[in-house]
Amino acid sequence: MDGASTPLHAKPDVEDSALANDFAVELRDVVKLYGEVAAVDHVTMFIRHNEFFSLLGPSGCGKTTSLRMIAGFERPTSGVIAIDNKLMGATPPFRRDVNTVFQSYALFPHMTVEQNVAFGLQMKGINKDETKRRTQEALELVRLPQLAGRYPKQMSGGQQQRVALARALVNRPKVLLLDEPLGALDLKLRKEMQIELKTLQHQVGITFIYVTHDQEEALTMSDRIAIMSRGKALQIGSPLEIYERPNCRFVADFIGETNFLDGKVIEVRGDFATLELPSGQTFVGRVSEGVRAGAHATLSVRPEKMQLLENASSTAANTYQVTVFSIAYVGSDTRVIINLGAQRIDVWEQNSSSTLNPDDYFFKPGENAWLTFKPENALVLAG
Amino acid sequence: MFPGAFWLVVFFALPLLVIFVISFMARDELGSPVPPFSLDNYQQAFDSLYLNLFLFSLWISLLTTVVTLLISFPVALYIARSPKRWRNILIFLVMIPFWTNFLVRTYALQFLMRANGPINTLLQGLGVIQEPISMLSTPVAVLIGLVYGELPFMILPLYASLEKFDWAMFEAAQDLGADMRRAFLRVMLPMTMPGVLAGSILVFVPSVGSYITVELMGGGKINMIGRVIASQFGVASNWPFGSAISLLLMVVVTIAALVYFRVGRGERMAL
Repeated sequence: MDGASTPLHAKPDVEDSALANDFAVELRDVVKLYGEVAAVDHVTMFIRHNEFFSLLGPSGCGKTTSLRMIAGFERPTSGVIAIDNKLMGATPPFRRDVNTVFQSYALFPHMTVEQNVAFGLQMKGINKDETKRRTQEALELVRLPQLAGRYPKQMSGGQQQRVALARALVNRPKVLLLDEPLGALDLKLRKEMQIELKTLQHQVGITFIYVTHDQEEALTMSDRIAIMSRGKALQIGSPLEIYERPNCRFVADFIGETNFLDGKVIEVRGDFATLELPSGQTFVGRVSEGVRAGAHATLSVRPEKMQLLENASSTAANTYQVTVFSIAYVGSDTRVIINLGAQRIDVWEQNSSSTLNPDDYFFKPGENAWLTFKPENALVLAG
Repeated sequence: MFPGAFWLVVFFALPLLVIFVISFMARDELGSPVPPFSLDNYQQAFDSLYLNLFLFSLWISLLTTVVTLLISFPVALYIARSPKRWRNILIFLVMIPFWTNFLVRTYALQFLMRANGPINTLLQGLGVIQEPISMLSTPVAVLIGLVYGELPFMILPLYASLEKFDWAMFEAAQDLGADMRRAFLRVMLPMTMPGVLAGSILVFVPSVGSYITVELMGGGKINMIGRVIASQFGVASNWPFGSAISLLLMVVVTIAALVYFRVGRGERMAL
C-alpha cells in the first residue's frame, strides 16, 4: 500500500521506488490549518503520470482543499507539494502547469465559447493561427465545434461542462484537476460523462486528479483512489484493492456494503486471524495491519461473499445455522437479511437462474438455513 | 399613468418650459426677463470665456470621476470580500457621512485644508514645512472636494456589482495563466462594468454642474459653470442668460449620459 497516512520515515512500496521521484504530483506530509482545525492533516500521496487518480470521501474530508493546494489557490501550512518534480512553494496558480475544471464550471459569461477556450492560449502568448487551430481541436475533442460562437448562458449544463473541459485541456497541462465536475448533471448524463471522461483521459494521456464524494463514480473511473476522512488519507490503492482489502473500518464501511462482526482476536496464524464473538461463535478472516491476539477487532465480510445453503457441515470454518429474517428481490440479485443470534447480517445472492417459481427460490422468512463464507473472503480489521 | 404624467408635467416639463422661454429674452435693470426675444444669450454663451468654462467644468468632472473610481474600487472590493457579518457594518460606515449635511461636510474639509488648519499645523509642528502650504482656492482643492462628496455614489454601485461577482471566475482566470493584473482587466472589470458605469454617471453628472463645492473649496478664485449659473440668478442678475447656460449644460450632460448608456448597453448584452 503506498503513502497512506504513513509516517514520514516510511518509504513507498517497492513498485513506487522503481519509479522513484518521477511522479506527476507529490504531496509529502501536507498540512492545512484553518485556525485550530486541520482541513488536511499530514497527507502524503504520490500520483503517477497518466493515471486517473481520485480523491474520495464525505464532505469536509479535505479532498477539495487538497486539490486547491495542488492548483495553487491555497498554500499548505506545512509540508511539500511537487508537480512534475518541481517544488511548488509559493508558486501562484498562473505559473503552475496545471489546469482546473471547477464544480461550477466558472465559464466567463462575457466571452463566447471560443473565446473562453482560447483564453489560456492567449495568456501564454500563442499566435493567432495556432490559437485558432488548437481551440478548434479542443472543441472537437468534446464534440462541440458548432457552438463556438455561443455564450455560456445559452447552453445546457452538460454542454457548459464540456466547454470547461475543453478550456482546461487546450493548454495541454501536465495534470488536470477536476473538482466534482459531474455534480450538477442528472443521473443519465452523469453516467455518460463518466465514460467520456475516462475515454478522454486515455486519449489525451495526461494525469487526471478527480475529486468526488460518489464512490461508484470513483470505482468506475479511477486507476487508483485515495479515501479521505477528516483531513487524513486513510487508504490509497486501486479500486480492487480498496474494495477487497480495506485497511480500516471506515474504508470498509464507506465503499460498498459490508457486515461488521465485533469480537476479540483469539488467534493469529499466518495470514489469518480467528475472532470470537461475545456469543462464543468464532470466525476466521484475513488479518490486517495492527491486529493482535487478545485485542478487540472487527470482522468485515461483504454480502456477496457469503452463501446460504440448505445443508452444510457445521465443522467447516465460518459456517453457522441461521434464521432468515427478510428477503428482498431486486431483479439481478436477492438480498437476504438473516439472524445469527442477535446479529443481523446481509447476504446477497445472484439470481443466476430464471425460474419463475418462487418456491424454487431461496429461503422464506422464518426458515432455517446455513450461512457460510470462505476465510479468505473476510477481513479482520483492527478495532 | 395619470398621476405620474401630472407630476412630470408640473414639476419637470413646465419649469423647463419656463426656463426655455426666458432664455430667449432680454433683461431689465433688475435682471428680470423682458421681451424682445432673440438668440443673443446663446451667442454670448458661445463666447470663448464661457466656452472655456464649460470645457474646464467637463475636464474637472472627468478627473473627479476617474479619481473617485480609482479610490472606490479597492474599497468596494475590500468590503465585498469581507466576511458577511462585517459587510453591512462597513457599508453603513460608508453611508454615514452621506446622511450628514453636505454643506457641513464640505466646510469641514475646507477647514482641514486651511492655512491655519490642522494639516498645516501638524506639518509645521513636525518640521516638515516652514511655511503653511496654501491648499485651498486651487483646482486640486475643488477636485478633492468633489471626490470627497461623490465617493458614496461610486462605492455603492461598485459594491453591488462586486458583491455579485463570482470569485471562482477570478480563480479560473488565474488557473488559465492570467496574473492578477490580467485576471482583473480581462475578467473582473468587464464583469463589473455595469457597476462602474452606474457609479460613473452618478458622479459625473452632478460634478459638472457643481456649485457649493466649487464656491467653498475654490474660494472664489476657481470658476465652473455651476457657479456661473448661480451668479446669474444671484449677484450678476441676468436670468435670461442664466437660463441659456443652464439649458446648454443640460444638453451637454444629456449627451454624456447617452454616450455612457450606449457603451453600457454593449457591455450588458454580453453578460
